[in-house]
Amino acid sequence: MKKAAPAAKAERAAKPEWQLRLYVAGQTAKSAAALANLRRLCETHLAGRYEIELVDLLVNPKLAAGDQILAVPTLVRKFPEPIRKIIGDLSNEERVLVGLDVKPIP
Amino acid sequence: MYKKTPAKKRGEPIAKAATGIDGLDQITDGGLPRGRPTLVVGGPGCGKTMLAAEFIVQGATRYGENGVFMMFEENAEELAANVRSLGFDLDALTRQKKVAIDHVRVERSEIEETGLYDLDGLFIRLAYSIESVQAKRVVLDTIEALFSGLDNHAVLRAELRRLFRWLKDRGMTAIITGERGAATLTRYGLEEYVADCVIDLDHRVTDQISTRRLRVVKYRGSPHGTNEYPFLIGGDGISVLPITSLRLDHEAPAERLPTGIAKLDEMLGGKGVYRGSSVLISGAPGTGKSSIGASMADSACARGERVLLFAYEESASQLVRNMKSIGIDLGRWTKKGLLQIHASRPTLQGLEQHLVLMYDEVRDFAPDLVVVDPISNLGVSHEDAGLRPTLMRLIDFLKQRHVTAVFTSLVGDSGASLAETQVGVSSLMDTWLLLSNLESNGERTRTLQVVKSRGMAHSNQVREFVFGDDGVDLIDVYVDDDLVLTGRRRLGAQRLGRGASVAMAGAARRRAKR
Repeated sequence: MKKAAPAAKAERAAKPEWQLRLYVAGQTAKSAAALANLRRLCETHLAGRYEIELVDLLVNPKLAAGDQILAVPTLVRKFPEPIRKIIGDLSNEERVLVGLDVKPIP
Repeated sequence: MYKKTPAKKRGEPIAKAATGIDGLDQITDGGLPRGRPTLVVGGPGCGKTMLAAEFIVQGATRYGENGVFMMFEENAEELAANVRSLGFDLDALTRQKKVAIDHVRVERSEIEETGLYDLDGLFIRLAYSIESVQAKRVVLDTIEALFSGLDNHAVLRAELRRLFRWLKDRGMTAIITGERGAATLTRYGLEEYVADCVIDLDHRVTDQISTRRLRVVKYRGSPHGTNEYPFLIGGDGISVLPITSLRLDHEAPAERLPTGIAKLDEMLGGKGVYRGSSVLISGAPGTGKSSIGASMADSACARGERVLLFAYEESASQLVRNMKSIGIDLGRWTKKGLLQIHASRPTLQGLEQHLVLMYDEVRDFAPDLVVVDPISNLGVSHEDAGLRPTLMRLIDFLKQRHVTAVFTSLVGDSGASLAETQVGVSSLMDTWLLLSNLESNGERTRTLQVVKSRGMAHSNQVREFVFGDDGVDLIDVYVDDDLVLTGRRRLGAQRLGRGASVAMAGAARRRAKR
């Protein structure tokens, strides 16, 4: 789990602006790829403004229903709202950015 | 037709899991294939979800097999509300940890796909639900919704194949529902993956009245009924009405019931009709069908028996008033609770719906006599092929309960076609009374004859039938010079002291021969 420095103001009690949650099922090649892709992308475009929570459904199966997880890996954008979901290993950076609605830093 | 073939030495017949749905277990010879998935196909509003829900509820309540209901379209509250109309309390069952409900929502607009994925999330959720209630039964309603939620159908198909395999490996008896497709059985060809048992539900509207039908398309390794069977979603679940499963094995009571018309009893071997038999009273308009029905109801009540009367022409109070005019007071029996009158328009519901209503009422009220006045109104259109099987099922149901059934039937006034129009249903009846109008010499006489009456000696004479102030009565055939006299001519002859009622006449003739 990676935490970045809090955003400028005390808005949302020191929670970063971007809260992401990645659901995986065990240590598979797909989940490892998804996590690596996500980290790289966040560092590039959201440096210091994001938080990633990793949920392994094999460990916590009951969490799957809460976020309506069906496919793994699934990336859920909890904040900013509305909730968005991106499924797959996040290999296509452009589509992930569109899915998260992040304006890429050129 | 689906008679169980004796188990072959080579292999045991496949194990079945009873659905608990009336009739379906009969058609499938015991239920759905245990430990395998069954596909239930049908268009929208066919009752797929209801069937699946009943399968789960009955499993949990009657067979000690807990279940998981995973749905992709409705949410848990909607499902609970829907099945509550069938008298099932899903909330209670979930609280008791007998049923687990999981709503899988797939929102196309929320989901972006990038790269490889699998549906392990779904597997984990299902496994978790199964684990939580130790389930033996699983319903996936309607998993096809995933096809519109996910873009990558290649992945989806591979995962579904894996899912059904996975269910089989875990020994889950499963129902997978699917929307009917245009070219294929289901829209996305689920039948490719679920091939053990396929049930097709259909909803048809004929003459503005809808009927649901069920058919077992295939059932690997098991004999099954192949016909289409009407089914109903009633107040206490689904009931399939398997026409061909009717066995003629009901007991026949020997007890006889007077009809309340002494002379009619006389015609029927002197004792009336058998308990639990079916009586058809057919006749032209105004011949007194309802009156005979009412008279039988009246005499049954007078013996302290319970009577259920279905009126499809008159309202309850109109019927009571009209019968009072001929001296049959039905009102006192309704007050006493011995008589229940259900009046409704026959076009209100389809035949099957009427049937289920009758079933429910008969089950609740436990009558000794049921009067349906008239059945001809139930088959509104003449080519209604449904009337006969419906009646057959009703009669069979009543016979099994030793309930005597009286049906009146309206037919045209012309003699020849009269018998013809009744041919369809008359074979189902044990006793058939035919009422007709005899018109001659400027007056109309009502006559009654016993066309048939199984299992008893019965008169083959046509009797004159009159309404009095105290009910209906029959008048012995009056013969003068070998002429049967009725109405005024009979009265005239009687006044003149000519002729004799037939009992005497016969005796006189015999005497003359000597």
